[in-house]
Amino acid sequence: MEPIQSTSSRKAADATLEHRIDDGVLAVGVSGHWVIANANSLGKLAKEINADGAARAVIDCSGLERLDSTGALLLHKIRQKIEQAGGAVVIKGLSDAHRPLLDYAAAIGRGTALPERAHHPLLAMVERLGRGAVAACHEARNLTNFLGMTVLSAVRSLLNPGEIRFVSVISHIERTGLNALPIVGLLSFLIGVVLAFQGADQLTRFGADIFTVDLLGVSIFREMGVLLTAIVVAGRSGSAFAAELGTMQVNQEVDAMQTMGLDPVDILVLPRMLALVIAMPLLAVFANLMGVAGGGLMVVLTLDISVAQFVERLSSAVSTQSFWIGIIKAPVFGLLIALTGCREGLLVTGSAESVGVHTTRAVVISLFLVIVADAGFSILFSVLGI
Amino acid sequence: MNATVENVIRISGLRTQFGSNVIHDDLDLDVRRGEVLGVVGGSGSGKSVLLNTIIGLNQPAAGSIEVLGTKTQGLSRKESRTLRSRWGVLFQQGALFSSLTVAENIQVPLKEYTDLSREMRNAVTALKISMSGLPMDVCSKYPSELSGGMKKRAGLARALALDPEILFLDEPTAGLDPIGAAAFDDLIADLQKSLNLTVVMVTHDLDSLYAITDRIAVLIDKKVTIGSLEELRQNPHPWIQDYFHGPRARAATETQQETQVEV
Repeated sequence: MEPIQSTSSRKAADATLEHRIDDGVLAVGVSGHWVIANANSLGKLAKEINADGAARAVIDCSGLERLDSTGALLLHKIRQKIEQAGGAVVIKGLSDAHRPLLDYAAAIGRGTALPERAHHPLLAMVERLGRGAVAACHEARNLTNFLGMTVLSAVRSLLNPGEIRFVSVISHIERTGLNALPIVGLLSFLIGVVLAFQGADQLTRFGADIFTVDLLGVSIFREMGVLLTAIVVAGRSGSAFAAELGTMQVNQEVDAMQTMGLDPVDILVLPRMLALVIAMPLLAVFANLMGVAGGGLMVVLTLDISVAQFVERLSSAVSTQSFWIGIIKAPVFGLLIALTGCREGLLVTGSAESVGVHTTRAVVISLFLVIVADAGFSILFSVLGI
Repeated sequence: MNATVENVIRISGLRTQFGSNVIHDDLDLDVRRGEVLGVVGGSGSGKSVLLNTIIGLNQPAAGSIEVLGTKTQGLSRKESRTLRSRWGVLFQQGALFSSLTVAENIQVPLKEYTDLSREMRNAVTALKISMSGLPMDVCSKYPSELSGGMKKRAGLARALALDPEILFLDEPTAGLDPIGAAAFDDLIADLQKSLNLTVVMVTHDLDSLYAITDRIAVLIDKKVTIGSLEELRQNPHPWIQDYFHGPRARAATETQQETQVEV
């Protein structure tokens, strides 16, 4: 028995399909290499076969050299077409090596067609928009749910302070707060430099150089310091929370925890949340100092203002209130970042790819929430007249 | 088969190593056309490494590998593409592209290697899906929506997309329930006969070894001992004795004999 496929390359060799009608008998001649490489041209030839008016058909396969499953499928389709037109089909000259494949294609080729999905592109766009909107609402609801769950757990822990895992909290403060000091410090310093430079550039035109210090102080203390910290922490720790918890979810560690009667919210979420709520204000204070230092350096170097003048001006421009307005936001931002990060982590299902998806989502959602919350604070403070 | 048996894979003097850790040393292995070869060995004996080396994911340190008459080392890009279109590989977890649906996964090799029309391509895809025993509605699903067994079947459908001459399977039945595993064995045996495939299968599953392999290659001491099941049972090497006469092997033999009696 010859092997079905010779060891020659897959390059398209000749394959032919002939058909003619003799005395009401449709004679189909099949020869050459009926393989996937020739399937396109053979498929076109097969369409030309006119099966009408033939009561009988003979498919002669004696010239067939090679046959693969695609070729067998084509051959089967030709047979089917003739049979559907009302002709009886005889296949002759099929070698023993090729017969099982044709039988196989006939057996499983029945009714196999990919279901076509018809959709209008505009309709698909509207559908996507709708799905997105519904998903956003679900997201908001679920996040609120999760917030409630965490708050319950927090209240329970506060009533029984012995249950709070302080070691874990401290370790998370170290990782999210202490270890973030260099990057937060550097970025704040640079933003301070940029703010002072841009401010000085505009204000010197009016001879109001000294107000650069006011601009710098107020914007750093009220907005920039804490916002910058939140952005760094969301990118650094929010994503880390999601990835850590997600990996634990993939390894079924969270399930294992639950079967031991341990609450994942108590053990995993609460310490991270507490850690960020504590670390964020501290980081924000540090960011404020570094930002003012960067801006101050710029002011002293480029403008005709001495260090003593700078300090005096700053202390009159920035009230204690401004300082607190900035800092009060920090724990809220920390809470939002920790909450989103942990929730996305716990939403991970099974696969490694899911960890990546949810880590990305954790960062995007927490940044979104931080900026929305910041806008909310601005409105609140302006209504309160602070 | 012809009187002269054609070897589709010829490995001689193969040595693979990672750093100073030698996995295979002076290993010879011939695989005949149309046979189902099982590759077994203890954990860390380099079964998967051998498979990866044959399919070119791993570079051997010494020795030569010839697949379908072509040496796998030093091929041009074009030659290597041609060779790769003539074998199919099913990885342990299916290795489906997660961003593509099942149908799109199967169409990846079809689009890369053939100029089929859309209509023809869909017909071939449908054929491969039903060949691998999957229902048609999985074609628009993503891999993450499939069960482990379905992922393997979809991976098999993709491996079979171009009607390969050799099919490499890495632990095809690992992680499947016994019924699913037996069904998968049947599927492979069925496809092997219908498509006249040569199958090289790394496996730990004694039932599949007994059910579908013609010969078994045992990886011991960095080399291969090859033979039929009967021959290997007579082999005095202690590991082979343990493997084929252990409690699990006995259970598998019994099941196999029972099924044969029933038939």
